[in-house]
Amino acid sequence: MASVTAPAPTTVEPVATRPPEEYKKWGRESWKLRAPLMPALVFLIVVTQLPFVATLVMSFMDWSAQPDAEGRSFAGFDNFKTVFTTPAYRSAVLNTIEMTVVIVGVSALLALGIALLLNHAFIGRGVVRTMMIAPFLIVPIAAAVFWGNGILMTGFGLVDGVLGQLGVPGAQDIAFLTDHPKLAIEIELIWQWTPFMMLILLAGLQSQDPEVLEAASIDGCNSWQTFVHMTLPHVRRYLELSIVLGTIFIVQNFDTVLGMTGGLNSTNIPYAVYETFYSAKDYGVASALGVVVVIGSLIVATFALRVVSSLLTDEEAAR
Amino acid sequence: MSTNTWNRQRVAKIAIPIAAWLVGIIFVIPILYMVLTSLHAPHDAQTYPPSWGAPLTLDNYSGLFTSANPITPALINSVITSVISTLLVLALAIPAAYALAIRPVKRWSDAMFFFLSTKMLPMVAGILPIYLFTTQVIKMPDNVIVLILLYTAMNLPIAVWMMRSFLAEVPPAIIEAASIDGASTMRILTRIVAPISMPGVAATSLICFIFAWNEQLYAKVLTSVAAQTGPVFVNTLIQTEHAYLAELAAGATLISLPVLIAGFAAQDKLVQGLSLGAVK
Repeated sequence: MASVTAPAPTTVEPVATRPPEEYKKWGRESWKLRAPLMPALVFLIVVTQLPFVATLVMSFMDWSAQPDAEGRSFAGFDNFKTVFTTPAYRSAVLNTIEMTVVIVGVSALLALGIALLLNHAFIGRGVVRTMMIAPFLIVPIAAAVFWGNGILMTGFGLVDGVLGQLGVPGAQDIAFLTDHPKLAIEIELIWQWTPFMMLILLAGLQSQDPEVLEAASIDGCNSWQTFVHMTLPHVRRYLELSIVLGTIFIVQNFDTVLGMTGGLNSTNIPYAVYETFYSAKDYGVASALGVVVVIGSLIVATFALRVVSSLLTDEEAAR
Repeated sequence: MSTNTWNRQRVAKIAIPIAAWLVGIIFVIPILYMVLTSLHAPHDAQTYPPSWGAPLTLDNYSGLFTSANPITPALINSVITSVISTLLVLALAIPAAYALAIRPVKRWSDAMFFFLSTKMLPMVAGILPIYLFTTQVIKMPDNVIVLILLYTAMNLPIAVWMMRSFLAEVPPAIIEAASIDGASTMRILTRIVAPISMPGVAATSLICFIFAWNEQLYAKVLTSVAAQTGPVFVNTLIQTEHAYLAELAAGATLISLPVLIAGFAAQDKLVQGLSLGAVK
């Protein structure tokens, strides 16, 4: 009983010091404490968790909404077998992994370099910082369709045009989107997500104590030694944070694939789920794909929670 | 040795600003080119090579509003869904954050991680049941109310995390003192907690507004005409039978403007919001 009704440690003194007749009052008290949390918790469970449960159930069903399809029935693991044996679905899984690793890796490295540059004082630093943030503030689908149609499009795209003006022969016929669809998507997403990671890393760099760096330089450390032994350990958790958050968003990416290549040789899992249920109307396989992406995300999330948790623990310790 | 260091410092003093400005310009070029394209006449906008010096015009923007299929209803839907879902998020997240930060419930950090874990599950994994439920069970296809509820759920975890980190900055000693002096919970909330956490509420609102405004997957799957939002509309501007790029650029620029304004206005709070309040 006491363990259920024990109040939050920061507000009331320990259980042992209270007379037993107050236990009942505490029960009410702890519900009073919990009440403000309940609407948010219930709403979130209903709107986000129930659909996942439904997806899980549907992933074991043979369920197609095509007009000529047979009725629904139990399918066992058939849908999952389809996901891992059909080349198109398998390549969606592989594309998701490949593109996420490339985008997150390159963005993190670029972001670290740019954050180090912007950590110096120079004329117009505020302007450069503002310019750097801008790509992240373009609506993702708007950015994707303009990259696909205005920048990388064969012929009238900016890149072909500039290469042509620089005298590259045959520039007008360079077809980035069809020849290198994954690379095109990777470049666009690196452009959008480097600013995000850079902002987090810059915040980390600026929280570093300047006196420590000064002391290191007085003690004769060169800038490389200072970077490796002082700065890098300090920004490590900010780097981890930006990598896990970036991964969470990039694994889920749908808009860029839709807007740039329409899935041509660059389908990722979210796009495959969309196509399988929206166009092919195979609800069972679409659900199985959804379950696969959830399992992948859970693996990433485990790392993510650890990183965020360590930051939270630090904050608690600091209070 | 000393001249060597001196030289290196001088090189760094010149090289760092040049490198930084160069990188900034590279990152901003696609946006500048998008704006330039949106200001060119349709036949000037898609030439090989680009017609850099073509005359500028605002016709593409006015065309978005006056064409047979105007952008206005989509913009209104975007404003409605983003603003109302943001207000709902605040109404749910502020009490929750209060119960997690100011008078923390038992095992409050478990509740925090539950909120966070829902954010880590991809939205696409729940979309099919949501689609079937709205179209076949409650029969509300193409309805902004459905989008509002989904965006509320999408942003709620972020808002709870952000608001908790802001409310955690309210010194517990002040609240204790006020409560000993006989102040009611309501009075403590309105007189002490609200003023301190107001900047946090503003930052949280901006982040939720941006994410709701940007969302395209749910909007595309769950709406067709009546509830279509800005991001879905922009996609329909790709009409390859005529010169479409200028109008597409205008549409893309127009729907990005609110986010650019909100983001630049909240630059300092942006990091804190995007890192779920983990980075101060």
